Amino acid sequence: MLLSIRHLEKRYADHVALNDVNLEIPKGKIFGLLGPNGAGKTSLIRIITQITGPDAGEIYFDGEPLRLEHADQIGYLPEERGLYKKMKVGEQLLYLAQLKGMRKEEAIAKLKEWFIRLDIKEWWNKPVNDLSKGMQQKTQFIATVVHEPKLLILDEPFSGFDPINANMLKDEILAIKERGTTVLFSTHRMDSVEELCDEIALINHAQVVLSGNKDEVQNRYKKNQFAIRFEGELGSISGIEVVSSQTGNAILRFSEGISTNEAIAKIIQQVRLLEFKEVIPSFNDIFIQVVSETN
Amino acid sequence: MNKILLVIQREYVTRVLKKSFWISSLLAPVLITAIYAIPIWLAMKDKEQKQIAIFDQSHLLKSTDLQDKELVFTFTNIPEQAFKTQFAKSGYDAFVSIPVDVLANPKGVHIYSSKNIGLTLKESVERLIQNKVRQELMYKAGISEKVYEDTQVDIDSETITVSENGGETSSSSAGAMILAGIMGLILYVTLLLYGSQVMNGVIEEKSSRIIEVIISSVKPYQLMLGKIIGVGLVGLTQFVLWIVLTIGLTQVTGKLYASKTKAIAQMSQLEHGKAADDMAKAMQDSPMGEVTKVLESTNIPLILVAFLFYFFVGYLLFSSLFAAIGSAVESATEAQQFTFIVMIPIIVSFLMAQNTMQDPDSTIAFWASMIPFTSPINMMVRLPYGVPMWELALSMGLLVFGFLACSWISARIYRVGILMYGKKATWKELSKWLFYKG
Repeated sequence: MLLSIRHLEKRYADHVALNDVNLEIPKGKIFGLLGPNGAGKTSLIRIITQITGPDAGEIYFDGEPLRLEHADQIGYLPEERGLYKKMKVGEQLLYLAQLKGMRKEEAIAKLKEWFIRLDIKEWWNKPVNDLSKGMQQKTQFIATVVHEPKLLILDEPFSGFDPINANMLKDEILAIKERGTTVLFSTHRMDSVEELCDEIALINHAQVVLSGNKDEVQNRYKKNQFAIRFEGELGSISGIEVVSSQTGNAILRFSEGISTNEAIAKIIQQVRLLEFKEVIPSFNDIFIQVVSETN
Repeated sequence: MNKILLVIQREYVTRVLKKSFWISSLLAPVLITAIYAIPIWLAMKDKEQKQIAIFDQSHLLKSTDLQDKELVFTFTNIPEQAFKTQFAKSGYDAFVSIPVDVLANPKGVHIYSSKNIGLTLKESVERLIQNKVRQELMYKAGISEKVYEDTQVDIDSETITVSENGGETSSSSAGAMILAGIMGLILYVTLLLYGSQVMNGVIEEKSSRIIEVIISSVKPYQLMLGKIIGVGLVGLTQFVLWIVLTIGLTQVTGKLYASKTKAIAQMSQLEHGKAADDMAKAMQDSPMGEVTKVLESTNIPLILVAFLFYFFVGYLLFSSLFAAIGSAVESATEAQQFTFIVMIPIIVSFLMAQNTMQDPDSTIAFWASMIPFTSPINMMVRLPYGVPMWELALSMGLLVFGFLACSWISARIYRVGILMYGKKATWKELSKWLFYKG
C-alpha cells in the first residue's frame, strides 16, 4: 500500500467534513476518488497533501506515518489552479520544482525533457499572461509531475480541458502509471473513471460508502441482466423476465437457478439471436444509486 | 528553511527586476539633490535687476538710502499724473511716488506698474522707505543715528545639548527637527508602501489560485514569512540605493558648484570673498545645510542602525498584518474595509510625530515612542534630539515583542484565509479563524 488512511476525522465549525474515513491505496494503481460536491473529497486531499491537519486518525505514506518531508514525494494538481501571471513559464516551473526539493540543474534538465515531450519548447521565456488556457493547463501539469512524485493527486483534472488536451492528459496519466507512480484522482466524470481507474472509493456525507477494485465493484452491482439483439418475435419465456424491449432489442433478467446457457437455449427456440451481452452497470448508475441510497 | 530561502529569492528577484523599482530608486535621489541644489543655484544665479523710477516729493531719501541688489532706483521730477500717461514707454518696471508729508502720512506712498508687481519688490521698496522714515522720526524725537544703528542687534542663539556627564555638543534644533521630519516621513511612506506590496502579493497568489499548489510544497507560515522578508529586503535595497545615489549626486553637484564659484572668483578678484560667502551662506540656509549641521553633532551610526532597525522590524510588524488582510479577501477593493485598521496606527503615529517633533520629551512623545505600533516613526523622530539608551532599548524590545505577537495572530488568520473562497470575510469570521485547529 502506498497510502493507508485510518479512522480519519475532520470537523469544521459548522459541519463534519470527514467521518471515520478508512482507505487503502495500492502502489502503482490509479485510484478514483468519487463523490458529489461537498462530500469531503477536497478535505481528504488537503489532509493527504498536509495543507490542513486531521482532527483524528492516521495516514501512512509508503509504510511511514505521513511527515512534512513527504510533501516532496507528492504531486498535487488542485481543482482550482493557477500560476503567477507575470512570471515566465520556464522560471515559474523551475521555482515550483525547486519548492518540491529538486536541485536547480536537475530541475532544468527534467523540465527541458517535458518541454520537448509536450512540444512546447518555445514557451520557456513566455510570460504566463500570454498563454492560452490550454497552454496554462499543460504548464500546470508539468509543475505537478516534474519532480517524479511517488503519489500524484489530481483533483478534477479534466475540468476545463478541451478534448485534445484531455486526451493528452489521459495518455500522460497512463504513462506515469506505467512508470510505477500511484495516482489518486478525484472526479465527477464517470467515463474517465471507467477508462482509467483500477480502484475506486465513493465518498458521500463525509463517509466512504463504497470502495474496492473497479471490476469487483461493477460485479457487485450487476443485476443479472442481459442485453440481446435478435430477429423474430420474442414471446414470454418461463424463468425469463423482459425488462424492456424494442424492435430487435431487449433487456432480460433471468430468474435464480437459470444458467446463461439454459436461457440462451430457450431464447433461440423463439428468435434468431444476433448478439448476447451481460449488462454491466455503468459507474454513472452505481454512483447515482449509491448516493441516493445513502442520502 | 531552504524553502523559505527560495520564497524570499523569488519575491526579491521578481520585484527588483521590475522597471518601477528602478524608476523610484533613481527618482528619489534626484529629487533630494534638487531640494539641496536648487536653493544654492538660486542664490548663485545673477538676479535680474528691476528699474524703478522714484518721485520723492518729501526729499527725504538720498540715493545712498536706496541700495538693493535687485533694484535700481532713478530719481525723477516728473509728477505722478504726467508719469502715469507715459509709463508704458518709459522702460521702468515700477514708478514710486512719495508724498510731501510721508512722515505724517506713511500710507501715502504709491507704487505704479504696468504689470502686477511681485510681493518681494513691493516689500523691498517698502522696507527701504520705511527704514528711512523710521530713522527720520527717531531723529526728530531726539535719538541720534548712531543710537538707532546700535539698537539694531540680531539675536542668533546657539543651542547646546548637555549630556549626563556634563559634556557639550552644539546642536541645531531646526536641523534636528528637519532630520526627524525627514526620517519620520520616510518611515511613514515606506511602511505603507511595502506593507501594501505584501498585501497585494498575497491577494495575487490567492486570486490567481496558485496558492494551493505552493502550500502543498511549503507551510503557509513559511510562504508568509518568505514573502514578508523578500519584500522587506527589496525595501532595504532601495534605501541603500537611495543613500548611495543621494550622496553621490550631492557630491557631484557640490563639486560643480565649487568649480563654478572658483571660476567666478578668478574672473573678478574683488568678488572673490563674496561669491564664496554667498555660497557658504546659501548652503547653510538651505534645509540640507541645517541637517548637515545636525549630522555633525549627532551619533550617525546610531541613527542609521536605529533607522534600519525601526524600518525593518516595524515593517515586519505591519506587513504581517497586511498579509493577514490579503489572505482574508479576494480582491484589493475588498481589502479596503480592513486596511484602515492597519493604516490607522501608521497615520496616527505620523500625526503624533508632529507633536513629538515640537516637544520630543513630553509624556505623549515618550509613550508614542514605546508602544509598538507608533514607536517606529516616533522614536526615529525623537532620536536626533537625543534619547537615553534605556528608552531606546526598551522601545526596540517592545517592538520585537509586538512583531512576534502580530505575526502569530497574522499567521493563524493567514493559513485559514488563503484557502477561503466565496465567503465574505467579516471581523467575526477572522476572529474565529484564530482558533481553528491546524
